[in-house]
Order: sequence, then C-alpha cells, then structure tokens
Amino acid sequence: MNYFVNEKGYYGDFGGAYIPEMLYPNVEELRQNYLKIINDADFQKEFHALLKDYVGRPSPLYLAKRLSKKYNAHIFLKREDLNHTGAHKINNTIGQILLAEKLGKKRIIAETGAGQHGVATATVCALRGLECVIYMGEVDIQRQAPNVARMKMLGATVISAVSGSKTLKDATNEAMRDWINNPVDTHYIIGSVVGPHPYPDMVSIFQSVISEETKKQLMEQTGSDQPDYVLACVGGGSNAMGMFYHFIGDENVKLIAVEAAGKGVSSGFSAATTFLGKEGVLHGSRSILMQTADGQVVEPHSVSAGLDYPGIGPQHAHLFKTTRAQYASITDEESLEAGLLCTQMEGIIPAIESAHALAYLEKMEFTGNENVVVCLSGRGDKDMQTYMNYFGF
Amino acid sequence: MNRIDLLFKEKKNNILSIYYTAGYPGLGDTVAIAEALQESGADMLEIGFPYSDPVADGPVIQATSKQALDNGMDLNLLFEQLKQLRKKVTIPVLLMGYVNPVLQYGVENFCKACADAGIDGCIVPDLPMYEYEELYQGVFLKYGLRNIFLVTPQTSDERIRKIDGLSDGFIYLLSASATTGKNLNVSDVTTTYFSRVAAMELKNPTLIGFGISSKETFEKACKYANGGIIGTAFVKAVAKGDLKENISSFMKMFR
Ligand SMILES: Cc1ncc(COP(=O)(O)O)c(C=O)c1O
Repeated sequence: MNYFVNEKGYYGDFGGAYIPEMLYPNVEELRQNYLKIINDADFQKEFHALLKDYVGRPSPLYLAKRLSKKYNAHIFLKREDLNHTGAHKINNTIGQILLAEKLGKKRIIAETGAGQHGVATATVCALRGLECVIYMGEVDIQRQAPNVARMKMLGATVISAVSGSKTLKDATNEAMRDWINNPVDTHYIIGSVVGPHPYPDMVSIFQSVISEETKKQLMEQTGSDQPDYVLACVGGGSNAMGMFYHFIGDENVKLIAVEAAGKGVSSGFSAATTFLGKEGVLHGSRSILMQTADGQVVEPHSVSAGLDYPGIGPQHAHLFKTTRAQYASITDEESLEAGLLCTQMEGIIPAIESAHALAYLEKMEFTGNENVVVCLSGRGDKDMQTYMNYFGF
Repeated sequence: MNRIDLLFKEKKNNILSIYYTAGYPGLGDTVAIAEALQESGADMLEIGFPYSDPVADGPVIQATSKQALDNGMDLNLLFEQLKQLRKKVTIPVLLMGYVNPVLQYGVENFCKACADAGIDGCIVPDLPMYEYEELYQGVFLKYGLRNIFLVTPQTSDERIRKIDGLSDGFIYLLSASATTGKNLNVSDVTTTYFSRVAAMELKNPTLIGFGISSKETFEKACKYANGGIIGTAFVKAVAKGDLKENISSFMKMFR
C-alpha cells in the first residue's frame, strides 16, 4: 500500500488540485519546483541550520514520568511547544519562506485560526525581510488578541475575514482570493497539510522533521525506534502528519489521530471530521469534510481555534480510509481537563490543541510496557484566557 | 442542436451573456429574471448555484450566494425551477458553480438533471482540466452538455491550446486574474493578452468576462472577442426594488 502522494498529486482517492484557472500558474510553478528546491543540498543546509539555531531544534523527546506512572505505560512527549514561537507551525514556515525566496516571491500571505501559524509566518517574514499579510477570521481576532498583537509587532498586516463564519475556513477563502488577485509576486504559505497538491506533500515534508528526530531519540532512549503508539491532534493535520511521517511505513507502530469533538460528536457543535464528514472538495483538494447533503460546508466548533476546521488534509483521509491510522475524538471538556492534568503532573502547560492528543491517553489501556509518543504540538500561553474561564483561576 | 452552438453559429459578435445567482434576491425569482433578461435582449444566461465557500468570487457575488442559501436554494429546487424556466425561455442557459455541490449530487445525476431541465452547458471553475478529462468528460458528452473553461492573462499559449482542444461551446476569457467584481481597466497588458488570444485563431469562440459593468467596457469586450459576460454589475442592479423595471433599465445600457 502506498500512503504517500503519487505523481498525479493523489493519495488513493484523495488530493488533487481543485483550483480555478486563476490559481493554476502559481500552483503549477510550485508543483514543478518544490521537490527540486527542497532536495537541493544548499536548501537543506540552510533549512536545517535555521531549524537548529533559530527554532531551537531538535526538540526534546521527554519521558513524562508521572504521566507514565498514571497511565501504566512509557509516555514520551515530543516537545514542539519548546520551538521558537511556541508550536510546530514554524517548521513549515521556515521551509516555505526559503522556498518562496527561491521562487523570487516578494510578498507572503497566510491564513490563521488560533494565530499560531500567523505568528510563525510573520516571524519568518521579519527574519527574511518580506512583506506579510495575514488573514484571520473576525471571530478569531477577538478570541486570540495576544497573537494578533504579536503579528502586528512583527510587522505583518492582519486582515479581518468577515465572510461566512468568520473563522479559519473563511480566512483560508480570503487568502485564496488574495492569491487569485495577486498572481505574480505572491506566495501563499498554507499552514497545514491541506490545499491543492503540492501543498499537503510539501507541508508534510517540512513537518517530517518531528518524526525523524523522534526515531533517533527513541533509539537512544529505549534501544528501538519503533514505539507501540504515536498520537497527535488533527486540525488540518500538519503536526500529526509530521509526527506520523517516518512511522507510516512501520506497520507495527499504531498511529492515532485525535480530532476535536467540540461539545460532543452528535451535539451539532463539533469538528470531528472523520465522524461527521463525507468525501468532497474543500480548499483545493478532495478529502473528507463536514457538509450538508447539498454539499455546503458546515461550520465546525471546537474550544481550540487550531482544530476548528471542517476538513482534514487528503493524506489523513487516505490514512483513515485505508485504516492505516485510527481517528478518535475528544470533547472540549476532556481536552481542558487533560491540559490541567499535564500541567500539574509534569509542569507543562499544553496548547488546548495538543491537550486533545493527551486526553486520548485516558481512553487507552496499557500493560506497563508500551512505548507511547504524544506530539505536544504547542504551548498553552495563547490559551490562558480559555483555561482561566473554564477553571476559574 | 445545443443552443450554445446554435447561438455562436448564428451570431458572431455583440453576444451578451448575463450571470445571476439562483434564489437571489428572492428564492422564487430565478424564472422571472430569466424571462425578463430574454425579453430585454440577453443572448445567453449563466445561472449560479450557490455555494458556502465561493473562493473565486468577490464580496458582491459572495453575498448573493449566501442570501440564496439562506433563502433555501439547493440543486433539487433549482432543477425544478429550471423546468419551469424552459417552458418560457429559449436562449441558451448554463449553470455555474463550484464542484463540491456537484460531487455530492453525483456528477452523472447532475448531468442528467441538467439535460432533463434543458441546460446547455456548465462552468465549474474549480473542476480541473485533468479531472474533467480523466473522469467526467464522457458523462458531460453523454448528456450533450458543454463544459466551459476559463483562461486568464497568465495562462500560457500551450495551455490555451489544450483548453481549446478540450472545450466545446466557447472559452471564457477572464479580463484579469481576479475574483469577480473587480473593475475592468483595459490597460496595455489586457489588450496585448486579448490580441494574443485572438491571434491564436482558436476553434472555439470566446467571451470576455469579469469586470464588465458599462457600455464602454462591453464594447471593448466585443472588440476582442465574440462578446461579453456581465455578472457583478447585474446582480447589484437587481438587489433592490422592482425586478422587471431594474432589468429592463439595466439592459438598456447595452441594447
Ligand atoms: C499548537 C497547535 N497544535 C495543532 C494545531 C492544528 O493544526 P494541525 O492539525 O495542522 O497540526 C494548531 C493550529 O493552530 C496549533 O496551534
């Protein structure tokens, strides 16, 4: 079974480039060049130097002793929260900004939900001196004010997306419209493994550093690079894809992707795409998305803005359909409780997105010997207001 | 004979095609608008079926799409309305919209419903050429539907040739790489591009769209192509007030 992209841009039934003709030249330029550029030795050198000296990689693989004891397994946390800007998102933006430079682009646009990808994009634009425009839903601008301020301080222009539900999906629409209207000098840094081919593949390659490091670290710490389980949360699915990437071929490693159930899968306020969605096309690729019988995209809900998205990347749809990975879901409350637990047992405040992956440990049964890796995709600083409101701190 | 083919056979220039969104401003306005447009001299109609995430559209058509959805428009209802429409309207009618609602309806079901309702062609901007050719062309042909592709100033000659080979009906030339509703400013860049395409002597006729809002811009379109397509300016004109009056006074600009 091939779990990676084929030469037509598909993962099994999913993927492709469902874009209007206006986007074709830009997407085609990327498609023709991305592998050549990424595989170039100089590019690799510069990319890895920045990941090391600027982002602070490798991120630690930390054996969480008290959580391990509680769950009766060896729980390892992959500490993407310790990256510069506080999440895995920067791995991708470093890669894409270097690629945009090679393509001679002068202007960068991006969408953001929680603001983490917006901050990571504004950061690399400041680093390289490129113009930066970030689209963010009006609703998210209100609930993520500190990140909006960070983007502005970094020199980005933040444009409020006022169409539709005014959240991540609509910010993505607005970014695509901007790209249509600026067809020559602009590069669109998509923040997850979504969008038309080659984005899902390109973003997963940049994020694959997560599992590449994890394998080495596991080997050093446990004597084997094969854990029993690997867990990650899924919004669009980039931290999960990065965390799964080098384990996909290891069929004995169980991959678990955790979606946001919101107020409950059947509550009408959920973002559990594989449970609620059907096959279709969203933001340029064929995948699974939440939609009505008439094919209108349904508004998702999650307490975590980063998981508040009605689709998943096409490779996830393929991993789901082939059952190579298992897809589970966690409610708002379960994630917040898991965030508190991790904080008080390990002294690590996780992003609420990442807390969804942690929360799934509660639902698993272990015999004491299993090695389990959880991707701690980001830190919880941005979520303090939500934690405060829920726990009354 | 397919009505689009017939139109282009009989008329070589000054062709005026009007876009409007089904179910806007009122859910039941679809048929009345078509009748009034035919009466006041439109040569062809492009009826948009609404979608929640219209990425190729600017704010005006986005808003019509949203209102149409809020009004309760969907493909099943639209196909019922179209059957009524065809009792009164004889000019070619195309459906325009995004691919996801078509996929959910089922591509074959969709094409069959189009044929049953007297639809002559479709414009699905986010259905790519490769997928059309590999998966759907056979179905479109089986039901006698013309599939219309877009071309922009950034489309290479080689790709335009390929599109011409795969198209029947006509080719939709965008005046710029833009979302709908941007004003057409005919610069050197646009005229060079229009002339470049005209010089290619394509087998298909061409219509210019995006940004046509006045007599002058329509005349420019007619100079470089077989005619023009008006969308945003028209839906703005019917947003409020008496439909029939608005349509006839709008059309007087061009006819
Ligand atoms: C910390 C964190 N984790 C996860 C996500 C979800 O994105 P993805 O599924 O692409 O990893 C986000 C998005 O903002 C995030 O900030």
